[in-house]
Amino acid sequence: MSVDRRQFLKAAGATGLLGLLGSPLFKIFAPGELEASPELKEGMAKSAKRWAMVVDMKAFPTEESYNKCIEACNNIHNIPHIENEKHEIKWIWAEKYENAFPDSYNGYVSESIEKMKFLVLCNNCENPPCVRVCPTKATFKREDGIVVMDYHRCIGCRFCMAACPYGARSFNWRDPRPFIKNLNPSYPTRTKGVVEKCNFCADRLYRGELPACVEASNGALIFGDLKDENSNVRKTLRSKFTITRKPELGTFPGVYYIIGGS
Amino acid sequence: MPDKSKIFFLLVIFLVIVTSPFIYNMVRTPAGVVVKLNTPVIDNMTVKQCILPKEQMIHDHMKILNSWRDDVVRGNHREFGKIDGVMYEKSLQLTCLHCHSNKSEFCDRCHTYASVSVYCWDCHVAQKENKL
Repeated sequence: MSVDRRQFLKAAGATGLLGLLGSPLFKIFAPGELEASPELKEGMAKSAKRWAMVVDMKAFPTEESYNKCIEACNNIHNIPHIENEKHEIKWIWAEKYENAFPDSYNGYVSESIEKMKFLVLCNNCENPPCVRVCPTKATFKREDGIVVMDYHRCIGCRFCMAACPYGARSFNWRDPRPFIKNLNPSYPTRTKGVVEKCNFCADRLYRGELPACVEASNGALIFGDLKDENSNVRKTLRSKFTITRKPELGTFPGVYYIIGGS
Repeated sequence: MPDKSKIFFLLVIFLVIVTSPFIYNMVRTPAGVVVKLNTPVIDNMTVKQCILPKEQMIHDHMKILNSWRDDVVRGNHREFGKIDGVMYEKSLQLTCLHCHSNKSEFCDRCHTYASVSVYCWDCHVAQKENKL
């Protein structure tokens, strides 16, 4: 069979078009690939509309009492202990009044407050600035109000650290593993080049447990649902005068402090 | 051309040398990789089965792990489902490594053979081996 120039060009054009459009079209209409992932089951989780914490400073009389909370967190989450302050990793730690509440510090605090160290951690803000600046959406706010990190997506740009007004985020300047004393084998470590922070123990909440620091606090840390009127957090907020850190910034922190009074 | 036969002879030798890696790979039988499945947990199982069929796991474990990652981290959906009344969690460290506690003989052997470098272990910890 002889093919003339016209027929050849037609056939070549048609084949080329099929090649270009054919397989992507098939792929688009094929089931599975582009559909949403299969239906997922509801968690057995402790769920809430907005998780929040109250730190009762009166219940932390000694250094030992709050160090227990810090240690519990550090051990469970494989937080490295790095001496160099520039490299240290902190999820929950203690600060003096003037550093925790710099906006209300007037230079003359009472002796009792002068001695106090305030437990500080990620505030899991209602309006988290870290989430706004993250270019990869590695950090995001969940429906229950917890601001979490997806370490798989973090590119280590540290915008979130610049944005966080509370210094709650730490960057892994070096491989943290050599600095972990007792490895908890059921929790991952982090790797060099990612930012990390407290996540209100999202995985423990899922299993129906309280955050590690709350469990170790002997009642000094109160944890619950801020949107539930009957939660112990709301009951505490109703009955006690509380403050938050840097409220003027409009981040609406989820961690409240009882400082004194009854 | 008096050197015609010489040139031809050397050309053949040259071609053989150049194509020798390809010929070698066509002729040889690949060494293969033996993945060790015997761990204390697996040995104690009466019915030795994974949470998904073996073939599917061999071909798709990387995709499964990636979708688990997104489900858990971004969606907070941690339950894989029940098998024989036991709830399995979508977790590399807690579920996969619970049975396959021999990372170096299970994961690494195949990955090394296939020259695949994964970054799972930068953060995730092999439970029993604890090799950091």
